[in-house]
Amino acid sequence: MNPNTTSTLERVFDARQRKILGKIIDKDTTITLEGRDPLENTMVLNMGPQHPATHGVLRVLLRLDGETVEKCVPELGYLHRGYEKIAEGMTYHEFLPHTDRLDYMSPMSNNVAMAMTVEKAAGIEVPPRAVWIRTMISELARISSHLMAMGAMAMDVGAITMLLWTFREREKLYDIFEKICGARFTTSYARIGGVATEFTPDVIPMIRKFIDEFPANLRDFEGLVNRNRIFIQRAAGVGVVTREQAIDLGLTGACLRGSGVPHDLRRDEPYLLYDELDFNVITYSDGDCLARYLTRGDEMKESVKIVLQLLGKIPEGPIMADGMHNVLPQKQEIYTKMEELIHDFMVINFGTMPEKGEVYHAIEAPKGELGFYLVSDGTGHPWRLKIRSPSFCNLQALVPMCEGAMISDVVAVIGSIDPVMGEADK
Amino acid sequence: MTSAERLEQVKNAVLPVLAGHFGSDTFSITEHRNELSVTVPRERLLEVADVLKNTPSLHFDMLKDVCAVDWNRRKQRFELIYNFWSLDFNYRLRVKCFTEEKAPHVDSLVPLYGSANWYEREAYDMHGIIFDGHPDLRRMYMPEDFLDPVSGEPLYPLRKDFPMMGIPGSLPLPERKP
Repeated sequence: MNPNTTSTLERVFDARQRKILGKIIDKDTTITLEGRDPLENTMVLNMGPQHPATHGVLRVLLRLDGETVEKCVPELGYLHRGYEKIAEGMTYHEFLPHTDRLDYMSPMSNNVAMAMTVEKAAGIEVPPRAVWIRTMISELARISSHLMAMGAMAMDVGAITMLLWTFREREKLYDIFEKICGARFTTSYARIGGVATEFTPDVIPMIRKFIDEFPANLRDFEGLVNRNRIFIQRAAGVGVVTREQAIDLGLTGACLRGSGVPHDLRRDEPYLLYDELDFNVITYSDGDCLARYLTRGDEMKESVKIVLQLLGKIPEGPIMADGMHNVLPQKQEIYTKMEELIHDFMVINFGTMPEKGEVYHAIEAPKGELGFYLVSDGTGHPWRLKIRSPSFCNLQALVPMCEGAMISDVVAVIGSIDPVMGEADK
Repeated sequence: MTSAERLEQVKNAVLPVLAGHFGSDTFSITEHRNELSVTVPRERLLEVADVLKNTPSLHFDMLKDVCAVDWNRRKQRFELIYNFWSLDFNYRLRVKCFTEEKAPHVDSLVPLYGSANWYEREAYDMHGIIFDGHPDLRRMYMPEDFLDPVSGEPLYPLRKDFPMMGIPGSLPLPERKP
């Protein structure tokens, strides 16, 4: 079942070479009719916004010559809800649930990113237990998001079984999330200064059980398509973006690492516990759809490694910081102590008040670099909150990836970029 | 490495280079929470980005974000923040410049960084900043006919004079059948 056997590698290499050679030959033999084209064979096709392979409401305008894409213009904004404007009118605590709706495939890491930005601006120290929980849920969110990406891309190119199988595993993760915070999709679990609730006693065994079973399941998934001839034909050599292009276009996450750039904020700008953990930054050098797909698969194995290390060192202690003016007090204290009641009233009504100045904090979300740029004027509302969303930036690469490809490759390319329109449109 | 050490590293690398090229009085620096921001004059932005990208000891080869802030004041109303990242050295640097309300023009960074294309379109869409030399300056999210129903002027939703609830009649809706 090992996909890295020599014969497989040769076959993948062959498929790629044929595609690349074919492209060169096509270019040399193109007959241009220069305005007296009898068939008038360029047509404009409107793909989306309601198209199952566009992962939401992405609209792509394609100019086609036969089946070849000559030009590709993505149009965004069909899910634009104006979160940056909404944020200016509410406190930081009130905005936290809105971050769930950005990248709705990994709400846990969005919550963590937002909470960490406000903590950085307000100078709040988070207790070690909360840091540990945040690292754990970020990695579980990464696995769930990558499972979705893997299944959706395989489905886009025809392997529907894959989606059903990955959904089954993802469902187990959502059961864990439900145990942790009570919600499956819109979690809102992180709080400024810590996390909302303590793990119940059955959460750790659930995580352990999932992590024990997951590598075998992942091998099954990979056995399903990784050596499948049709899948390789559809993905290898398609949507190539070179290393230089990827850097120039500002790609992050699996799209950048699939092009051979070992950039991962977990290692390059460590946050949470990542500087104490041992993991590899996965890169593939081909920069095509297959490389991006394989990067995600291998990253899940690294996440399993991280979760196993985390399970080995569980710190005890409080889950919320003890900063009364910025952090919500514990509920039982509010009901029993006058001072905590007053502080709760103040924090709810006026919010956390970071001092004047601006901070940027980014984490390596499953899709790439998710950053919040926060300009505070000293009040409880942000003066400006800019969301640097990875899907938005990665989608820019759709144009160079699609131009020159076949129309059926467009769905494979979109699947391999793995955009989430909630995040790209904000 | 702590964030304070990181800040020292970036400062030691960036500031001498910028002072050597432009003189130390053309730019000012601010530090907050161990993050460095360099404010440059608007006219020198393209040159500064060129130096940051092409100096081998810095090599800021990624532009990760462009962000505009409306300060809602008479002079220097809009602030533009460019977020650079150096893959070789893992440096992060913010470069800022200010522009006026009357003619919010800034040079586009698209010739140097391809990623600036969409970021600048977003800043144009949300704040109405005009990027000179941008190849395709269209709105990113809002429809092209997002206009004030009374004056017919284009609306920019993230400006502070745009109301939170929106402006009735600014977005054309399909006709309602009785």
